[in-house]
Amino acid sequence: MRRAWMKSFTRWPAVLNVANDMKQFYTFIRKEFAHVLRDRKTLLILFGLPIVQILIFGFALTNEVRNAKIVIYDQAQDVASQQLISKMAASRYFDIAYAVMNRAGIEAAFKKGDIRLAVIFPQGFNNDLLHTHHAQIQVIADAADPNTATTLTSYITAIIQDYMAAQEPYQITPQIRYLYNPQLKGATNFVPGVMALVLMLVCVMMTAVSIVREKEIGTMEVLLVSPFSPLMVIISKAVPYLLLSLINVTTILLLSTFVLQLPINGSIPLLFAESTLFIITCLTLGIFISVKTNSQQVAMLISLMGMMLPTILFSGFMFPVENMPLPLQLISNIVPSKWYYNIVKAIMIKGLGFSAIWKETLILAGITVVLLFVSFKSFKIRLS
Amino acid sequence: MRTIRFLLQKEFRQIFRNRSILVMVLVMPVMQLFILPLAANYEVKNINLAIIDNDHSSYSRQLISKITASGYFKLTGYVFNYKEAMHLIEQDKADLLLEIPHGFERDLVRENHEQLFVAVNAINGTKASLGGVYLNSVIREENSEIRLQLVAPTRFQSQPAVEIASSNWFNPYLDYHLFMVPGILAILVTMIGGFLTALNIVKEKEVGTIEQINVTPIKKHHFILGKLIPFWVLGNVVFTLGLIVARVAYGIVPVGNLFLLYGFISVYLLAVLGFGLLVSTYCDTQQQAMFIMFFFIMIFILMGGLFTSIDSMPDWAQVVTKFNPVSYLIEVMRMIVLKGSGIRDVLPKMGVILIFAFVLNTWAVINYKKTS
Repeated sequence: MRRAWMKSFTRWPAVLNVANDMKQFYTFIRKEFAHVLRDRKTLLILFGLPIVQILIFGFALTNEVRNAKIVIYDQAQDVASQQLISKMAASRYFDIAYAVMNRAGIEAAFKKGDIRLAVIFPQGFNNDLLHTHHAQIQVIADAADPNTATTLTSYITAIIQDYMAAQEPYQITPQIRYLYNPQLKGATNFVPGVMALVLMLVCVMMTAVSIVREKEIGTMEVLLVSPFSPLMVIISKAVPYLLLSLINVTTILLLSTFVLQLPINGSIPLLFAESTLFIITCLTLGIFISVKTNSQQVAMLISLMGMMLPTILFSGFMFPVENMPLPLQLISNIVPSKWYYNIVKAIMIKGLGFSAIWKETLILAGITVVLLFVSFKSFKIRLS
Repeated sequence: MRTIRFLLQKEFRQIFRNRSILVMVLVMPVMQLFILPLAANYEVKNINLAIIDNDHSSYSRQLISKITASGYFKLTGYVFNYKEAMHLIEQDKADLLLEIPHGFERDLVRENHEQLFVAVNAINGTKASLGGVYLNSVIREENSEIRLQLVAPTRFQSQPAVEIASSNWFNPYLDYHLFMVPGILAILVTMIGGFLTALNIVKEKEVGTIEQINVTPIKKHHFILGKLIPFWVLGNVVFTLGLIVARVAYGIVPVGNLFLLYGFISVYLLAVLGFGLLVSTYCDTQQQAMFIMFFFIMIFILMGGLFTSIDSMPDWAQVVTKFNPVSYLIEVMRMIVLKGSGIRDVLPKMGVILIFAFVLNTWAVINYKKTS
């Protein structure tokens, strides 16, 4: 790089040189834009992806368990059991699918896979309750999905106990308030995650693959022999994706505000500044991968397996990081999206200022600098 | 028949020649199956709890020790006012805060009724609702104990009580790996099969070798079959590796019939590979194919019921999942591996997948043009 610069320095007066470089840089960026804009199908996906993700996460996916199908095996058929059944039917957590007539029916229903819970009332349920003051209800959960099973069992327990305890003395009632997300919407958790995911995808994968593509086809050779600094060639490749990503951030924020009704509680300029930082981190990551690989398929597999999955796994938006074994928790610290996810959560949902996230910002900046340094170190002007 | 044999020979040679891809295809899924279930642990435990005890009575202390002894909660802060507790939540040091009001014990005894204040950090909905549920059940238990202390039960006065005997079938220890591993294996097989087929044909387009095939008298369906069979074999190999990892690392042995499992996977792979082929016939560059594939696979995974249950989705989304092959595979994997469902339970789903496979492959054959 230095030699190229020195050469042009001896040939041109310094001022003219800078102006000329700027013009070349501009031309290169225009070329890259032409590349990106020409491929309509990819472009469509790039802009469609965040929209579809936001809509799916916002409307289709909920962590809440509701409308779980249950079956009831009512051997008692008396007043108490009927009252309880109608209470269960009224709950929005349960849908009574059908009544079964024997135990074998329960097993068959589970194996067919369409029910989650079975409630069995014993014979003479009301009778036992009135005369011995003690009766038993059996609840069987499909624990193939452990969390749903636990939740449903505790919901059904609550319904039964509420029914029984309505008239008892000395009640302690916990009043539960859900902070930040009173309706327990999935979106609150997912929107910051989707932002990290989409930026990661656009920046890392697109940059890496598009640089490696030029290597594979052979046009990289042409670019590198041009008088323009090879580093600038690479950097100009990243610029269009920076812009695309900013557009994507805007789309996601607009959608989440106006379609998902999820307001931005913190400062918007701060959010954009932090997003730009994260985008730059991702772009350097993409450049790093492209420097290290020579085939599109390998670059793609690395960015997919090495970047996308860790983003989904370790950023904490799908699975709680604190549940993971210690080595994985340590690994999660070098995943940039984890820090970005925390930043977005703090600004957007909790409405906190810069003082709450300076540490995360510093770490992201640090990762970027290290990546830049390493990729510039291993960047070779000559191919093979 | 001979044409296909030669085509197969060519494809297998190409697959085995590219070592780095082959290693990735075989090693990546194995590694992921080792790591992913460890990471994808949605079991809610260690909920960080901050407590504000304004009462300092014997009941409040009893309640607190009961909560900490339950095993779900980790007491991270014992603070003196709401503001401090909120600060802990803002820093993500606490997920839940419990405020015991002043005069808790006195009011409970005198007025028969008292409230507790609980605030949950609900950004993560699952953790919040499960945490609330757990706390609720601990409080309810404590409540009935206090009630016993206050009202001496006599045989004739006692309120009728219902005992709830709950049991967890198919996964009695509520092991989360048992739930995730079959699902993750389903996703891995889908990704490997779909991406490789889609990229493979497009690569021939990009490099230009497809022209050479196009000028030969190879029939369209021969060509498509020649591409399908190697990846079908590869998909089955990956699936077998996955089952071995599930057995060795997590001790998961399919309860149901192994032949049924392989039968379903074989049909399913036809559908997924068909989808990959279809995408590749519409694309010109690997980058394009990769993105389009990624777009659909992402939707398939999200709408497949791996992380969130399909029952909880709104009706329109449940209709969408009916057109999602991945949702059938995840469901069937869990049915056969965990519940030991038989052929009669699986057959309707297998039929749907067969229709998918037929439609997608026919579409791909029709859309593949030998002349550009």
